Amino acid sequence: MTDTKKTGISRRNLLKTGAAAAGAALGAGAITGFPTIWAQNPITLRQFGTGVSNLNAIAEKCKADLGITLEMTATDSDAAAQRAVTQPDSYDIADIEYWILKKVFPTGVIQPMDVSKLTYYDKIVPLFKTGKLLPDSVIAQGTAPHTVGYVDAPGDKTFAAGETGWFTMVPTIYNADTLGIRPDLVGRDITSWADIMDPAFKGKTAIINVPSIGIMDAAMIMEAMGNIKYGDKGNMTKEEIDKTIDFLIKAKQDGQFRAFWKSFDESVNLMSSGEVVIQSMWSPAVAAVRSKGIACRFQPLKEGYRSWGGGLGLAAHLEGAQLDAAYEYINWYTSGWVGGYLNRQGYYSAAMDTAKEFMSADEWGYWIEGKAAQGDILAPDGTVMEKAGALRDGGSFEERMGKVACWNSVMDEDRYMVRRWNEFIAA
Amino acid sequence: MNNLLSRATPYLQATPLLLILGFFLAIPILLLLVVSFWDYDFAGMIPGFVTFNYTETLGSWITWKTYGNTIKFAIIVWGITTFVGFWVAYFLAFHIRTATMQMVLFLVCTVPFLTSNIIRMISWIPVLGRNGLINSGLVGAGIIDQPIEWLLYSDFAVILAMVHLYTLFTVTPIFNTMMRIDKSLVEAARDGGANAWQIIWNVILPLAKPGIAIGTIFVVTLVMADFSTVQVMSGGQSASVALMMRNQMSLLQYPAAAANAIVLLVVVLFMVAGILRIVDIRKEL
Repeated sequence: MTDTKKTGISRRNLLKTGAAAAGAALGAGAITGFPTIWAQNPITLRQFGTGVSNLNAIAEKCKADLGITLEMTATDSDAAAQRAVTQPDSYDIADIEYWILKKVFPTGVIQPMDVSKLTYYDKIVPLFKTGKLLPDSVIAQGTAPHTVGYVDAPGDKTFAAGETGWFTMVPTIYNADTLGIRPDLVGRDITSWADIMDPAFKGKTAIINVPSIGIMDAAMIMEAMGNIKYGDKGNMTKEEIDKTIDFLIKAKQDGQFRAFWKSFDESVNLMSSGEVVIQSMWSPAVAAVRSKGIACRFQPLKEGYRSWGGGLGLAAHLEGAQLDAAYEYINWYTSGWVGGYLNRQGYYSAAMDTAKEFMSADEWGYWIEGKAAQGDILAPDGTVMEKAGALRDGGSFEERMGKVACWNSVMDEDRYMVRRWNEFIAA
Repeated sequence: MNNLLSRATPYLQATPLLLILGFFLAIPILLLLVVSFWDYDFAGMIPGFVTFNYTETLGSWITWKTYGNTIKFAIIVWGITTFVGFWVAYFLAFHIRTATMQMVLFLVCTVPFLTSNIIRMISWIPVLGRNGLINSGLVGAGIIDQPIEWLLYSDFAVILAMVHLYTLFTVTPIFNTMMRIDKSLVEAARDGGANAWQIIWNVILPLAKPGIAIGTIFVVTLVMADFSTVQVMSGGQSASVALMMRNQMSLLQYPAAAANAIVLLVVVLFMVAGILRIVDIRKEL
C-alpha cells in the first residue's frame, strides 16, 4: 500500500498561517489575480485517489491559477475504496474509478453535484451521460460510468436510471486498454484477444495478476475464442467464474504463460527483454517500452477494448466556502489545461472541447484525431515520445472509445472470484 | 528491605525483555488471533466471532497445495544451504591457519550482503532470462539451438535465488560452533588412527550439530515466510504461503490473512519444535 503525502504542510498549519497572510495582504491592499477570494482566504483541498491523475504538475498549476493548495495522496484501488468509506473526513475530493464509486457511493460518503454549478457540464462527452460516445454506439458491459453517474436527489443511495441534475462524479480521465505486442517478434498479424492463446506463443505470453482486471482480460479472451458467451462480463455468475478460471488453470498448466505481472515496471521489463511477445498492458507501459527504442504496439483488436474511467467526487462533509472552492476546482479541472495535459499523456479528458484549446493542432491531430504527427510529439517533460509521421495505435478518440466492449467493474460474486483467482495463481 | 530488593532484582532484570517481547511479540500475535475470527467486507473488518476464515483456509485444496509447495522449497533449500554451509564453515575453521585470515575470509562471505536482498535477487533476471547472459552465451557458442526456458520464472530460479540469499545463515552458526571445537579432540582422533573422513563424520559433525540446527531454524523460517523471492523469480507462476497472505492483504481481506498467519505460525512452531527435539541446542552449546 503506498501512502505518499505530496505536500508536507498540514491543513491546520496552513489555515493558521493563511489567516495571518490574508490579514497582511488585506492591509497591504496588494491582491491581484483570479479569483481573488481564494488569495485572500487560502483554502486547502485534500484529494486522495488511485494515482493515475495524482500528478504534481496539476497541483502546481492549480495553486498558480486558483490559489487553492491541493494535498494529494495516492493509494492502490482497494485501499482507496476502503479509505473512502472508513475515513470520510480525511479527504475533501475523492479521485476514484467508477467501479470504486459503485461500492463507495451507497455508504453516503460522497455528495452529488448540482450540474447547474458545473460550468463545463455541457462539454462533457456523452459517453458519461448516456453511455454512448456516438448516437449509434453500443453500450458496453461492466460498470459503465453513466450507470453510476447520477442520482435523483441529494441523499439518495441508489443511482438514477438516466441523466438528472445531480452528478455523482465529474469524469476526468479514462482510456481504452488492450493487449500489448512486440510487432518484431510475433511474426504475424494480431487481430483478436484469442491470439494470446495461440500455441505459437506458448511460454511467451503474460497477463496481469490483479484479480479484478485480470478476470476481465480473461473474459475477453474466452469470449473471443468462442468458449463462452457471458451475460455480463462485468458481473459474472459463479458458473461463469468457474468456467473462466478452469480455462486459465488449464492454459497455465499447458505452459502458455511466461509470467503474471503485478506492477507497471514488471510489464515493461517482460516486454522489453523479449520474455513475452504478447500480454495485458497499460498505455503508459507501452510508451515506456517504446522510449527504449524497442518496437511495441498497443494493438487494437476486433472484439474491442477493456476500458476504465475515473472522476472527482465531493466528500459529504464539504460545505460553505470549502464546497464553493471544490466546485471552483472542478470547473478549473474541466476548463482545459488539465485535459490537454492528460490527453498528451495518452489518456483522455472528459471535456474534449476545452482541452483542444490547450493543445497544438498537431498534438490534437495525433492524440485525438488519429492523424499522422506532423512534427515530433513531445512528452510533458519535453522528451520526444513519437517521431514525425507516427500514428497512434488504434487511431482516433472515436475509433478507440467507440469500441469499448467492457468497463472495469465490481462483481456481485467478487469474493468468490478472488478466491478462485488465487487458486489459478497457485495451481 | 534489603531482602525484598534482592528478591525483586531478578524480576527487575527480566522486565526490559518482558516488555519488549510483550509489546512486539505477544500483543501482536494476540491481536492476530482475535482478528482471525472477525468478519470482513471491502470496507473493513467487522468484529465478531466467525470461524469461516479457518474453514475456508483449511478446507481449500489450494491451501494444502501451497503448503506442500512451500515445504518443498524449504526442504530443498535447507538441504543445499546446509551442505554448502557446512563445507564453507569447515574450510574456514579447520583449513585456514591464522585467526586473522579466518575473519578476513568470513567477512568476504558477507560482502554480498552489503547490498539489499531485492537487488541480489533481481540481478539474477538478466543472467537467467531468455535473452540473458547464460542463454545468449550458450546459443552464441553453438552449444544449444534454442534458449533454455526453465532457467527463469521457474522453481529452479526460485531455489537458486533462495540458496544465494540464505546460505550465509547456515555458514555463520556452523562456523561459530566449529570454532569452539577443541582441536585436541581432532588430534586425539588422528592419534587413534581415524582418517580424515572418519574425523569429520564421528567428531566434527556431531559437535557441529547445534550450529547446523540453528542454521536450519533460520533457513526454514525464512523460506516458509518468503513471498518476494517466489513472486519475482517464478514470475508470479508459483505460490507460497506468504504470497497467499499478501494477496489477501492487498485485497484488504485482513481476517482471512490473519487466519492464514496463525496456521503458518503453528506449522512453523511444530517444525522448530521438531528440530529442537532432535538437537538440544542448549545442552551442546
